[in-house]
Amino acid sequence: MTRKIIPIVSAGSEEVGLYEATKKIYPRTVRGMFARWRWAMVFLTQLVFYGMPWVEWGGRQMVLFDLSARRFYIFGLVLYPQDLIYLSGLLVVSALALFLFTAVAGRLWCGYACPQTVYTEIFMWVEHRIEGNRTARMRLDAEPMSLEKLVKKWFKHIVWIGIALWTGFTFVGYFTPIRELGMAFLQTQMGSWEVFWVFFYGFATYGNAGFMREQVCKYMCPYARFQSAMFDRDTLIVTYDPQRGEPRAPRRKGPDPRTMALGDCIDCGLCVQVCPTGIDIRQGLQYECIGCGLCVDACDTVMQKMAYPPRLIRYDTQNGMEAGWSRRQLLQRVLRPRVLVYTAVLAVLVAGLLASLVARTPFKVDVVRDRASLARIAEGGRLENVYRLQIMNATEKPQRYRIDAQGLDGLSISPDGPVTVDAAQSRWVAVRLQVPYGAIPAGSHTVHFGIREEGSGAQVSEKAAFLVPR
Amino acid sequence: MSDFIHHFWSDYVAAVSLLSILACVLLLWLTARKRVASSADNTTGHVWDEDLREANNPLPLWWVGLFVLTIVFSLGYLAVFPGLGSFRGQSDWSSRGAYESEVARATQQLTPVYAKYAALPVEEIARDPQAKAIGERLFMNNCAQCHGSDARGSKGFPNLTDKDWLHGGTPDKIVETITKGRVGVMPPMAAAVGTPDDVKNVANYVLSLSGEPHDSLRAGLGKSKFTACAACHGIGGVGNQAMGAPNLSDKIWLHGYGEAAIVQMINAGKHSEMPGQEDRLTEAQIRMLASYVWGLSNTPPATP
Repeated sequence: MTRKIIPIVSAGSEEVGLYEATKKIYPRTVRGMFARWRWAMVFLTQLVFYGMPWVEWGGRQMVLFDLSARRFYIFGLVLYPQDLIYLSGLLVVSALALFLFTAVAGRLWCGYACPQTVYTEIFMWVEHRIEGNRTARMRLDAEPMSLEKLVKKWFKHIVWIGIALWTGFTFVGYFTPIRELGMAFLQTQMGSWEVFWVFFYGFATYGNAGFMREQVCKYMCPYARFQSAMFDRDTLIVTYDPQRGEPRAPRRKGPDPRTMALGDCIDCGLCVQVCPTGIDIRQGLQYECIGCGLCVDACDTVMQKMAYPPRLIRYDTQNGMEAGWSRRQLLQRVLRPRVLVYTAVLAVLVAGLLASLVARTPFKVDVVRDRASLARIAEGGRLENVYRLQIMNATEKPQRYRIDAQGLDGLSISPDGPVTVDAAQSRWVAVRLQVPYGAIPAGSHTVHFGIREEGSGAQVSEKAAFLVPR
Repeated sequence: MSDFIHHFWSDYVAAVSLLSILACVLLLWLTARKRVASSADNTTGHVWDEDLREANNPLPLWWVGLFVLTIVFSLGYLAVFPGLGSFRGQSDWSSRGAYESEVARATQQLTPVYAKYAALPVEEIARDPQAKAIGERLFMNNCAQCHGSDARGSKGFPNLTDKDWLHGGTPDKIVETITKGRVGVMPPMAAAVGTPDDVKNVANYVLSLSGEPHDSLRAGLGKSKFTACAACHGIGGVGNQAMGAPNLSDKIWLHGYGEAAIVQMINAGKHSEMPGQEDRLTEAQIRMLASYVWGLSNTPPATP
């Protein structure tokens, strides 16, 4: 009997699971030009978000989306559900603006203005204040539970929850008058849906800014993925200059790196430590990069200490990096067809949107013909059709409207007195149109209702059908 | 479950639902145990279309947590709400029940609005602008389909703004009409009237009652034959509100004007019906409607 030897063969690579526990990222705080820009955007966006609902305009909240009454109040505008086209226009303009900014300068939105970025920034600031800098935070998380750790953690979460709830409250304040909401809160009389949305939005803020952070950008956000479709070789991206930086190695300050056959990168790893998504920008453009420029700031401080020229990591284009273009040459490439087309379409849409807002009549009318009867004979042998007109007053004062009708010989309208509609309300009125019997051939005829607002003289014309039976 | 579907199908659907959820659990469990070789360049070694390589990017664990949450939620949902075949769930929720509770809640919210008018007579309610607005909305939603948005009716559907009432125009009568509905029957009368020529004569007599253009010779001949009609329409065709028999001596022609239309009516008769609203509207709503309809042809008494 021969002994059978089973050879042991090395697999050559390790085995991993299909799922992976997320490694927590501890971004290092950094100072510099782009960090200042980020904070400026935090203040700007949050001043608008938290402040807007408190601003009054002519006796009411300046921006209020009153869902239950189906009226949106924006500055002097009163929008009806029928004004959905303006929302569509706003969304199209926003999307095109995103395309334009992205084509020119990469993921600016992600890096500076996206709420996910902004709230993460705020929450990280709180974390930094309470738990200390990157090293202190890593040490704190690694050490076993102690009274100090417990206090710090609790304190952080309480502050986070406070900010989150205030954010949720502000959000609901766009849909319910915020001053009344505040009073209702103080009297613990908030409606159940309001409570739900304050907590829901608050929970989303707490979870996304406190825990999910870069995971949202990496795994959930659709914009992150499709923005790369707007990139081309002339788009500004945060990028590392390998021609200048490589070969990287640590070294002493002093001698010219060229004499040691080294690049400018001292491999300190600071660019990785400051990155909010935890990537190494030296590996080139990656989908995780939100274009915040913090690694630019970090690298610049190191270059300064080493007395090397700044911007080893910089905002640059792929073409510019390869050809070593100057700032002037980069700017010239901004005016390329893609950017010009985005700009032109955006300008046309913005102009169209503004023009239609300016030319908007302060009221709307819907005409609904009575469905049950074709026509009837009224007194005096006149043929009569009945319509219902819904007059929607989009001003904040009661208005009087005059109604007339045109389009047929001998057409008369009754009642012809003015119709009063309350401020920001709509009203149905029944109106009869008559023609002399036999004056019009049988069939469907087009008539036009003309509705005029007495105060401003604004006119709306609505088409309707007048039916003459055989 | 419907009477026409065997209960097997309910069990079948429930089993398919539960097995699918179980399959999801199994899939999660199996994939969590699976190990794959990782390579230095972070690809799975799968290459296709010459140079496309599959990167090995593990799913974050919290995402798996979301799957688990979804499974827990679906089981909880199926236990509480209807979803597993014909199993109604612990909460016994149904769309009909939800609708009914919403209606009950709305009715309760409206009670104080209507309570204000409960003690007032219908004529007094008609003076109140808020009541008029409520009445108008009720009318638009419940009556305008037949009587028209302006309540002026059309052929076969009475005009409610004139002073001509088939069954009486006092507030009480209007409430009764809305509550119980009305049936108007005119039997075919040709046999009782006589020959087709007699019918034509009666039609001309009817036209003469309201001074419409007519053949006076035929009208004179038709007068004696009208006795068959007078049983309901009264001598001289003045009508009878107790029976709902229309007044033939006014200028209102609900079912059509002219000799031909009248001959047709005498020959064929007419059965028309207004449905009662007591199952659809509350007593308070009917009183509001009655006051609105009454106010269309009456002036409410001046403020006391």
